[in-house]
Amino acid sequence: MKKLRQSLETTPNVDMKQVNNLQPLQKLIFLSLVFFSIFCTPLQAQEADPTKGKSLFNANCAACHQLDKKMTGPALRYVETRLSEDEGLDRDWLNAWIRNSAAVIKSGDAYANKIYKEYNGAAMTAFPQLSDQDISNILAYTAQDKAAPAVATVTTQAPTSTEGGLSKDIILGALAILFALLALGLFLVNKTLRRFAEANEVEIQEAVKRPSLWKAFLKNQFLLLATAIFFLLSSAYFVYGYFMQVGVDQGYEPIQPIHYSHKIHAGDNGIDCKYCHSSARVSKHSGIPSLNVCMNCHKSIYEVAPSTATEEYSKEFYDGEIQKLYDAVGWDDAEQKYTGKTKPVKWVRIHNLPDFAYFNHSQHVSVAGLECQTCHGPVEEMEIMYQYSPLTMGWCINCHRETNVKVKDNGYYEKIHEALSKKYGVEQLTAAQMGGLECGKCHY
Amino acid sequence: MSSNKKYWKSVEELNPSQSSAVETLKHKEFVQEIPVDEFLGDKSTLESSETTRRDFLKYVGFSTAAASLAACEGPVIKSIPYVVQPEQIIPGVANYYATAISNGYDFASLLVKTREGRPIKVESNSLAKANGSINARVQASVLDLYDNQRVAGPTKAGKAMTWDAFYKEVGEKLEALKGSEKQVVLLTQTFASPSTSKLISEFQDNYENVTHVVYDAISESAAADAYQAKYGRRGLANYDFEKAKTIVSIGADFLGDWQGGGFDAAYAKGRVPKNGTMSRHIQFESNMTLSGANADKRVPLKPSQQKRALARLYGKLTGTSVNVTLPANIESAVDAAARELLKAGSNGVVLTGIQDVDAQSLVLEINAFLNSKAFDPKTTILTRQGNDAAVTKLVADMNAGKVGAVLMTGVNPAYTLPNATAFVEGLKKTNLSVVFSMKNDETASVSEYVAAAPHYLESWGDLETKSGHYGLVQPTIRPLFDTKQFQDVLLTLNGNTSTYHDYLKSYWNSNILGGASFNDALHDGVFTASKSVTLDTTSSAHTTIAIGDAVKNLAQAKSSDFELTLYPKTGMGDGQQANNPWLQEFPDPLTRTTWDNYLTVSEADAKELGLHLEASNFFKESSHDATGGLNGTYANVTVNGATVKAPVIIQPGQARGTVGLSFGYGRSAGLKEEMQTGVNAYPLYQNFDSTQSVSIEAVGGKHEFACVQLHNTLMGRGDIIKETTLEIFNTKDAEHWNPTPVVSLNHIETPVSSPDVDLWDEFDRSIGHHFNLSIDLNSCTGCGACVIACHAENNVPVVGKEEIRRSRDMHWLRIDRYYSSDETFEGDNETKDGIKGLGSSLSTFGEMESPSENPQVAFQPIMCQHCNHAPCETVCPVAASSHGRQGQNHMAYNRCVGTRYCANNCPYKVRRFNWFLYNGNDEFDYHMNNDLGRMVINPDVTVRSRGVMEKCSMCIQMTQKTILDAKRDGRPVDVNEFKTACSSACDSGAIVFGDINNKKDDVTKLKDDERAYHLLEHVGTKPNVVYQVKVRNTKEA
Repeated sequence: MKKLRQSLETTPNVDMKQVNNLQPLQKLIFLSLVFFSIFCTPLQAQEADPTKGKSLFNANCAACHQLDKKMTGPALRYVETRLSEDEGLDRDWLNAWIRNSAAVIKSGDAYANKIYKEYNGAAMTAFPQLSDQDISNILAYTAQDKAAPAVATVTTQAPTSTEGGLSKDIILGALAILFALLALGLFLVNKTLRRFAEANEVEIQEAVKRPSLWKAFLKNQFLLLATAIFFLLSSAYFVYGYFMQVGVDQGYEPIQPIHYSHKIHAGDNGIDCKYCHSSARVSKHSGIPSLNVCMNCHKSIYEVAPSTATEEYSKEFYDGEIQKLYDAVGWDDAEQKYTGKTKPVKWVRIHNLPDFAYFNHSQHVSVAGLECQTCHGPVEEMEIMYQYSPLTMGWCINCHRETNVKVKDNGYYEKIHEALSKKYGVEQLTAAQMGGLECGKCHY
Repeated sequence: MSSNKKYWKSVEELNPSQSSAVETLKHKEFVQEIPVDEFLGDKSTLESSETTRRDFLKYVGFSTAAASLAACEGPVIKSIPYVVQPEQIIPGVANYYATAISNGYDFASLLVKTREGRPIKVESNSLAKANGSINARVQASVLDLYDNQRVAGPTKAGKAMTWDAFYKEVGEKLEALKGSEKQVVLLTQTFASPSTSKLISEFQDNYENVTHVVYDAISESAAADAYQAKYGRRGLANYDFEKAKTIVSIGADFLGDWQGGGFDAAYAKGRVPKNGTMSRHIQFESNMTLSGANADKRVPLKPSQQKRALARLYGKLTGTSVNVTLPANIESAVDAAARELLKAGSNGVVLTGIQDVDAQSLVLEINAFLNSKAFDPKTTILTRQGNDAAVTKLVADMNAGKVGAVLMTGVNPAYTLPNATAFVEGLKKTNLSVVFSMKNDETASVSEYVAAAPHYLESWGDLETKSGHYGLVQPTIRPLFDTKQFQDVLLTLNGNTSTYHDYLKSYWNSNILGGASFNDALHDGVFTASKSVTLDTTSSAHTTIAIGDAVKNLAQAKSSDFELTLYPKTGMGDGQQANNPWLQEFPDPLTRTTWDNYLTVSEADAKELGLHLEASNFFKESSHDATGGLNGTYANVTVNGATVKAPVIIQPGQARGTVGLSFGYGRSAGLKEEMQTGVNAYPLYQNFDSTQSVSIEAVGGKHEFACVQLHNTLMGRGDIIKETTLEIFNTKDAEHWNPTPVVSLNHIETPVSSPDVDLWDEFDRSIGHHFNLSIDLNSCTGCGACVIACHAENNVPVVGKEEIRRSRDMHWLRIDRYYSSDETFEGDNETKDGIKGLGSSLSTFGEMESPSENPQVAFQPIMCQHCNHAPCETVCPVAASSHGRQGQNHMAYNRCVGTRYCANNCPYKVRRFNWFLYNGNDEFDYHMNNDLGRMVINPDVTVRSRGVMEKCSMCIQMTQKTILDAKRDGRPVDVNEFKTACSSACDSGAIVFGDINNKKDDVTKLKDDERAYHLLEHVGTKPNVVYQVKVRNTKEA
């Protein structure tokens, strides 16, 4: 849980994976950045390291503070300068405040009480573990100037993709030329041979005028019959196929009221499916997460990182979608509070089982321990969610025939499994052998 | 040889010369002209039309194709999650809340199952030691919540108003009455609520001249008066029938609603033979009641004779000489009962339902004399506190103009009072009339203000059903309408700004809990305190009733030619739930008739009075239609000038010279047209006496009943209901009284249970679960709670009176009631065995079809028997019916094509066919036809469509859930963890469900019990439902 929270706190600016697994190359970049920053940082913070400050900031402060935006706590860019210039408060005051704000407020400090009241008595967490060096690192980070938005990531990727396309075209072109040359060669050979034949006065036999293939076919009763049967059978096959797909919505990909990207959440950020779809563990429904679950993270994530934007969907687009969430849940981002005006989201339901089929998520998720992807497909790659599986009865049954029951460490199965595996003479029982094909198990 | 006979259809045809019409008609296909020419003859219109025939066909073709293509597209389904999900709600997982019902008639602590915030089922609260048992009406009460005829907000003279305006106007009028001579009257139901009592006393302090009148529609005032006289508290004595060995009841239907009901569970425990003994029950009564049907000995007699019998019983018990005149057979029965009671001593108990202070006092005296263990006068039942004298005085005062304001709650006097017209007249003379009501019922339509009241599942509250036994009521859903409960309104009128919830909590903390946690009490729903807070235990001044005079009065009770006994029907009670389709369609346990009340008359009286319809008189109105529908004729019942015209039903066991009529029907206001059934019996309930001298007059006419069981007797088929006597049960081998049927195998009698006679291969069912259901015919009282529980759990549709009459009822679980045609079922068996030859068989069987004058009665709950060798499965052409390894017979609705072969091949007739689409169909305008009513539907069970067969699934959704819970916890299923809706609804323990592969489950023992037998065992279906042989304690102790 703690790890999860950390990763969530780091998401606003930095891709989590990069922070967690530092590769040698990235280390090098880090070092160079450090080197670079030494030159750039102003003189008064020469001992402080804004890079370290950044990671400390992300780990400890980012849940409530942003550099340029008021959140649970005030915006922190140039905080030190601002405090010393406007309020005449020095680094010692800041140290004391950060390590134990409550004590400062209790001591009756005027500014401390003012800010405490301004933020509706939301007490700041005490950070006694931060050393002076840590604090100066963080402050150094807050003292950095705002960087111009980076757009390089998108553009750098473009050449590689075009390069791949070019090479394919070249290969195809070369092949085309090759075939053209071959055809030309054959034509030339044919022409030369004819010339030889003429020269040697060999008579070239013209093909005997035979009745056309079509008429011959019509005359052949057997062929006609065979073809008719063939056509009937194949059209029956296609008609059957057509009717069997009626009501099967595999690939159903409706437009949702909010463009929610499973790719960003489950894929890029690796959020566990059951963090949001928590009822899948205990209920028949996987549950569409209520909006307060979204706000667990999106209270502090009000925009996507520039690197999240793709060619198809811009950063502005994604930020707009987050704004839709705020509108729905009634969150005033500027004031950092709920307005109480909610507009529940009317999602379009994708996976629809008929009423007469009973399906229980917890049976499959908690008891059988199946991955969500087994039925829902590569959700972590889906920008827009779609129905991956046909959800037909045949599909259910096939899986029940092939899948072994997960009996390990489950007291329920102990006796039943022992007896049944002896009866069927198998090591591992499939769901079907446990009775998973009986009508009444799903239809009641 | 051809004949020259001339066939003719009419005289005209015979003599064609006389009439030209015959000739004309001969050349015509239809008698009347078909207006084709009229339509096509208008040439100008046809020619001017732009649409050609070809165009028309094109359009038709296109639209048909488009419609069928569009039908292939799935609809877009929206899913709307919570914005902020409540912590305790997980979609798809049920929550249970402990609460209680106290609607003035039924009082019970219960558990409510909610899904996604909707209450969908009522279950009993196992923590409740008093009033934990719930009957059919309480089971059905959840549907009242979703009644779309509920009052949506406060109204004044039929016009909607706001609560603020309501408070202002009512408050002003009450203020204005201060200082005037006129009374302010609170006319309420019995609340049995300590906090409400306090609230009312505060109201009385606040406004001057306030009278609180408690009114029970069906009064127990006489019993309360008698109890008050003897014990100094107003209430009723408590009984525990488990401790009784000999029960003598004189006119008390204690398995029904006698003195508040709820005694059947304890009674049933004493009825199961244990160590060779069981209780003995002797019933003296006029109507055939549930108690009489369960009795070992039943004596039919008139209400006046009941009084005399009670006097004689007292005399015999105490050894005093009492001079009464009774018919010899009744006299000897009373004497025998007295002997048995004296022998039983403190193990005996006497009850009476006679609404007479003398009779009630005498019974208290007898039980005290016997020192009866079952009699518990220290615990006072508080659920009937109505005072008839006060109500009578109120009506008089109102008409005398002495009443300024009437505030009514939980009562419907304009319907339930015998002098309802006088009441309505009186109400007009008051300055202010307010009724708290859920419906625009009879009283609401004559009151000035209607304060929209919430259902009990939307309310707070508390109750003390028996002294020291408390219950709490908590809401399980937010109020569906703009309603306020009586207590909240009283608080506001008292000028108290706190809510009733806070008031209740502080009252409990300071008065009841004695330091215990309120939240714990709320969680449990019940709380038991060492002493009662509401009852003043120091005896108040009371008048002692002279027993000598009482005996004398009773001994001189006068008889009349016809005596009427009014009674509450099991399904309808006092009638406040009349708009509940489940209860309307609930078959009465005895008459098996739905959607009606009726005058019950004995066959002999009916013949005398000309109320009897012959069975098979084709040309006259007969007792049965060709479709089997039961018919009756009408009679006028007159009591002191009040006449009611009621349909007549022949009731076996009805005492000669008596008739019965049930309360609760004939309502006209605030309920759907379909529910306006039956006749109102309250006008006959004069002086709040349920027994009246009446005159009966046949008025003819034909009434169509909707009766679900047309065959009343077993015809000596002793293998359907096996029964024996306690004596035989104790002394002989099981093989004698519960023989296994034998079939012929190579001309050798072989038990049907032998695998040699089996046509089928036996499957190995020893692995996993194997469900069995055991039904004990001894403890089943026929109360029908399981029937309604099954309705609620399995979304069983309501089909209405017309369809029931066509035998298209949908009950998955029915309780068959059989009468014996001799005095006893055993006599029937002997008669049948004595038949010799075809001639005698025809006549004897014909005679056996009619039940005896005072028959033995047996109840038998029947649902799908889940045969291991099921006849239905083999005949299904599409394999929609198949067998599971766990013993359940599965029914896949989506496979079913509706051939109904299975129903034809089922020997138990438990399969039900959906002749129509019963949900969302205006033709069946019951709860499934509106969005509000559909909220009661259980989301785990499919709502069946038209053309589909359905039947009991042995609550597979519940067994599957139990299995899944165990799997998720990684543990084996606990002992007795498996439940079905019927088994958990059965408080008397007659229905027991479980897994016979678990040796510790109760059902495993029951299945191998020597009393166990299968229904129609000789057919070889090997059912998974077992019945326990009924044992009767017939021998006089």
